[in-house]
Amino acid sequence: MATHPFRLACLSVVLPAFLGACASQPRTTTYDQLGGAAGIEGIVDALLEKIIEDERINFQFADTDIVRLRSMLIEQFCAESGGPCMYSGLSMQESHAGRNIDTAQFNALVEDLIDVMTARRIPVGAQNRLLRRLAPMHGEIVTP
Amino acid sequence: MSVILRSPRHRRCAIALAALMAIPAGAIAADGRLLATGGATQFEGSAGGGLVPWAVLSGYGTDTQDGGTAFATRVDTGDYSLDAAGVAYTFRNRIELSYARQRFGLGELQRRLALPVGRFDAEVIGAKVRLGGDLVYTAMPQLSFGVQHKRQLDFAIPSAVGARSDSGTDVYLAASKLFLGAAFDRNLLFNATLRSTSANQAGLLGFGGDRKAGRSLVLESSVALLLDPRWAVGVEYRQKPDNLGFAREDDWKDAFVAWFPNKRVAVVAAYADLGSIATLDRQRGPYLSLQASF
Repeated sequence: MATHPFRLACLSVVLPAFLGACASQPRTTTYDQLGGAAGIEGIVDALLEKIIEDERINFQFADTDIVRLRSMLIEQFCAESGGPCMYSGLSMQESHAGRNIDTAQFNALVEDLIDVMTARRIPVGAQNRLLRRLAPMHGEIVTP
Repeated sequence: MSVILRSPRHRRCAIALAALMAIPAGAIAADGRLLATGGATQFEGSAGGGLVPWAVLSGYGTDTQDGGTAFATRVDTGDYSLDAAGVAYTFRNRIELSYARQRFGLGELQRRLALPVGRFDAEVIGAKVRLGGDLVYTAMPQLSFGVQHKRQLDFAIPSAVGARSDSGTDVYLAASKLFLGAAFDRNLLFNATLRSTSANQAGLLGFGGDRKAGRSLVLESSVALLLDPRWAVGVEYRQKPDNLGFAREDDWKDAFVAWFPNKRVAVVAAYADLGSIATLDRQRGPYLSLQASF
């Protein structure tokens, strides 16, 4: 099985909320504050570059199809931030199974993501809203 | 162990801080937890805020890492001063062991009463066990049980004013939870600590008294808002017993700003209101604490 570790794939079942979120938007959404489609692509590209150089976690991506990982992350961040996307990848458990990912590794990726968003001047509030959506995945990604 | 910083304190602190910040954060062995989630060190040596121990354990180690902290704190109310310093070490984010020395400077009280000593020393040996939960990632709060065994080392005067014992053991149950994006899209930390104690002024004036000899159950709490990953502001409140007949004892409170420039260093500046202490009322003043993590 071609696994894709650390793909922050989403909870494929429960995402009808995003449909409502993109229908009509009187106020700025997290998706907008991340810079929309182009902004999220930029964030994901910078995140992947950072992961590859991060010796705490880069070994987990040694056999990863980076092109696919990139498109899945973009889909997922778009969907989780209220953008007009549907995540089409594997579940969190499926994509991280057998990786023995520990909390330190999970947090390393969180830190890389925060660094990337901060460098790209994403407002702290938008960062926190995205992280709040991703944080519950800890329980599905980290091996107990 | 020479833990109390003496006279050219500020210069030494500045040098120590600069030296610590020069070390790259990547040099820490136990760095798996997120920035600021180890908290600071409260003045009795346990991981927490300034006055209150939290459910978090010292340092940045995860369940696969060991690491700890060292701290130095000074509070100055004008009439009194308190210096505290110590170390804490956490194994696998499960058990924290700590040791702290405290030096309570009697200042104005010594002058007024012509006391033969100018300070009371005390020490605290602490242990804290994380019972369950995770500050950030579980729905239930992180829950810890802690013990602080304290010894007052200059007991003649406390004894003369009614204190029963020069040592005592506090036990506490602490719950801490970080709510992501909970207020103004900022992360919000709540902590509540229930403590059983017989300490007079946290033990600086001994344990038990003529008015009340036994234990009291007190509630302590903290709320902190993380403005960004490096800066937090918050308030704390600590209930206290009132065991001694010669002088009233008040609850303590403080408002703080905490700065976590990296996982090596934390700086907490606060304004503390310690109420009435040994007959001198309105003891308020600045609080400064430095913490190094390793």
